[in-house]
Amino acid sequence: MADIRACGGTQGTPEQERRFAEIIEKYKDTQGELIPVLHEVQEVYGYLPFFVQKKIGEALGIPMAEVYGVVTFYTQFSLKPKGKFRVSVCMGTACYVKGSQEVMLMVKEALGIDVGECSEDGLFSLDSCRCIGACGLAPVVMVNDDVHGKLRAEDIKGLFSKYRM
Amino acid sequence: MQLFRSHILVCGGSSCTASKSEQIIKEFDSHLKANGLENEVQVVKTGCFGLCAQGPNIVIYPEGANYFRVKVEDVKEIVEEHLVKGKIVKRLLATGDKNENTNEDYSANSIEFFARQMRIALRNCGVINPEDIEEYIAYDGYQALGKVLTTMTPAEVIELVKKSGLRGRGGGGFPTGLKWSFAAGNEAPKKYVLCNADEGDPGAFMDRSILEGDPHSIIEAMAIAAYAIGSDEGAVYVRAEYPIAVKRLQIAIDQAKKLGLIGKDIFGTGFNFDLSIRLGAGAFVCGEETALMTSIEGHRGEPRPRPPFPAAKGLWQSPTVLNNVETYANVPQIILNGAEWFSNIGTERSKGTKVFAISGKIKNTGLLEVPMGTTLREVIFDIAGGIPNGKAFKAAQTGGPSGGCIPASLIDTPIDYDSLVALGSIMGSGGLIVMDEDNCMVDIAKFFLEFTVEESCGKCPPCRIGTKRMLEILEKITSGKGEEGDIEKLEILANSIRMSSLCGLGQTAPNPVLSTLKYFRDEYEEHVFEKKCRAKVCKEMLKYIVIDDKCKFCGICAKNCPTNAISGEPKVPYLIDQDKCIKCGLCETKCPFDAIERK
Repeated sequence: MADIRACGGTQGTPEQERRFAEIIEKYKDTQGELIPVLHEVQEVYGYLPFFVQKKIGEALGIPMAEVYGVVTFYTQFSLKPKGKFRVSVCMGTACYVKGSQEVMLMVKEALGIDVGECSEDGLFSLDSCRCIGACGLAPVVMVNDDVHGKLRAEDIKGLFSKYRM
Repeated sequence: MQLFRSHILVCGGSSCTASKSEQIIKEFDSHLKANGLENEVQVVKTGCFGLCAQGPNIVIYPEGANYFRVKVEDVKEIVEEHLVKGKIVKRLLATGDKNENTNEDYSANSIEFFARQMRIALRNCGVINPEDIEEYIAYDGYQALGKVLTTMTPAEVIELVKKSGLRGRGGGGFPTGLKWSFAAGNEAPKKYVLCNADEGDPGAFMDRSILEGDPHSIIEAMAIAAYAIGSDEGAVYVRAEYPIAVKRLQIAIDQAKKLGLIGKDIFGTGFNFDLSIRLGAGAFVCGEETALMTSIEGHRGEPRPRPPFPAAKGLWQSPTVLNNVETYANVPQIILNGAEWFSNIGTERSKGTKVFAISGKIKNTGLLEVPMGTTLREVIFDIAGGIPNGKAFKAAQTGGPSGGCIPASLIDTPIDYDSLVALGSIMGSGGLIVMDEDNCMVDIAKFFLEFTVEESCGKCPPCRIGTKRMLEILEKITSGKGEEGDIEKLEILANSIRMSSLCGLGQTAPNPVLSTLKYFRDEYEEHVFEKKCRAKVCKEMLKYIVIDDKCKFCGICAKNCPTNAISGEPKVPYLIDQDKCIKCGLCETKCPFDAIERK
């Protein structure tokens, strides 16, 4: 297993620190606060590097091991930074039976990265997701909040050009 | 209150939003203004209409004209023709349905897809603006809660739900009234009412559509459940992947609080009920009731052994009732119309209706609601329009990763809880994936196993290790390395996992394999013994080759090949280097002369 301390720096910007404190304050009286805190803190930092998990553990009085256990259990939480454009290929059943494997293959080719990776220029990161519920448009690829539907393998090359500009 | 002569309902479900329905609404606003109609015509953003394949959908009242595949560019014409001149824009009406040549009837009921449905859970979806509580109230909203709080005792409410025969719509099919009575019978200082909106089945989007289209019905039903069991607090556990649903539900909760329909001393009866949203974080196992509660408590979503059942010790060790979205959506209607009305719909042991999200190889992908007992044939061919591109129907998959595949020979099976179980599948939450002759059943079984392996929480060994071993065997078979005895090993493993896993996820994980083995064993045997995939899906067993006679040397395939595996020169048929080929199939789709085939 990769050393979890390898990902991320050691502290955030003052703005991030301020928002972090606000989130902790907001949830200090909530039961079962860890998961909502992780959701909101991830919004602030873009991902959940080691030092952030440690800070959360200390602020909430939860052992770091437990924070890390929860972070790695749920697919919504990421230990790695994401690209400026988060590409996510739906691998739900409806998309799968309509050829999402080919779409995924072409996306990997086009971006030159594998699932879970981020391109070197920081522009794109790639994930596979399970059903975003746009089965009527299958197969679909999401780029941030944009849904691109009814894709064919040959559409993929052109799909990312507008984001590269 | 302002009155409008016309209403334009625009679908704001996820699928239509992805096809720019928000921009369509903006475009309507600006064109209505340009024509001075902004005080005569109102644009309403509603929840899902259901016919996602033909989206974005809009309906204009009072005529009730249904327009499909509307583009932003069409809006000007709709405003100028329909709303200014009163002329229906015929080119945007449904095509290919029975109303094709009649010019008189263009309402939803003239369209086969809508005409054969019966909408209880979806009754308000695509009809009201989900972000406006007044519209829900105008459609009898919160009347059931009023009736319950002012005229019924908790025991009477439970009795009514029991009598209706309502069973859980999330997968298990447990009688809802009975579940409530268990929680009601357990005395405790604190009790909880939860809603499972962690719709994790890939290919299922019923619950999302209800939350997006009619969130108040869930709030009302949860308040009713709370009153029935003696609880004052509830939470909706909803997928973070459903941003529109989360937003509309939050708006609905805030509006209901503001009007005093939830909160303290509701209707002056002294009954309190507070409701909040809990976001899931992407774990399929959290759809299991005890895992969901563990997740709300802030931990890894691992299931707990039962007993104790949630009705005795659920969330925070207190008695808890958990139902899924669709189950709740039925409750207010049952209260208002009576148990008998509901129990007259459906079959002997499965009452009411069921919502299905139908997708895959089907013409009318979308959301539909039919009485229990409707046959698969009616749903697939009569309502959803059958299989596109002249292909043959091969199987229908119900119940997601916990369900099974039903073959074409059993298409006349009535859909209810018990007949699906008898076939080796389950009702599940209502995802219905249609497959045609181009789908390989072994590959589909592998797909579901990949899913369960990834989503297994790891707590109990049969599920954690067993599903992984099953997947390895399936990978072996689909890559042409299957051996005699592999199929039998799969069966033994499947049965052990089914019997010994801790929770529903593990116990049902082998179903996709067992049901495909039951109905498509010959396909497994072909893979193992003949190294052949008849659907030409399993890549390791096929090659892309150029048919020399058909090749016109245009070079399009070579130009599009991402790995430069294709070479050729003028007047010589092109050649695919099998070592370089990644089998993406791009050459096949790009070739204008059908000169490339899978072998």
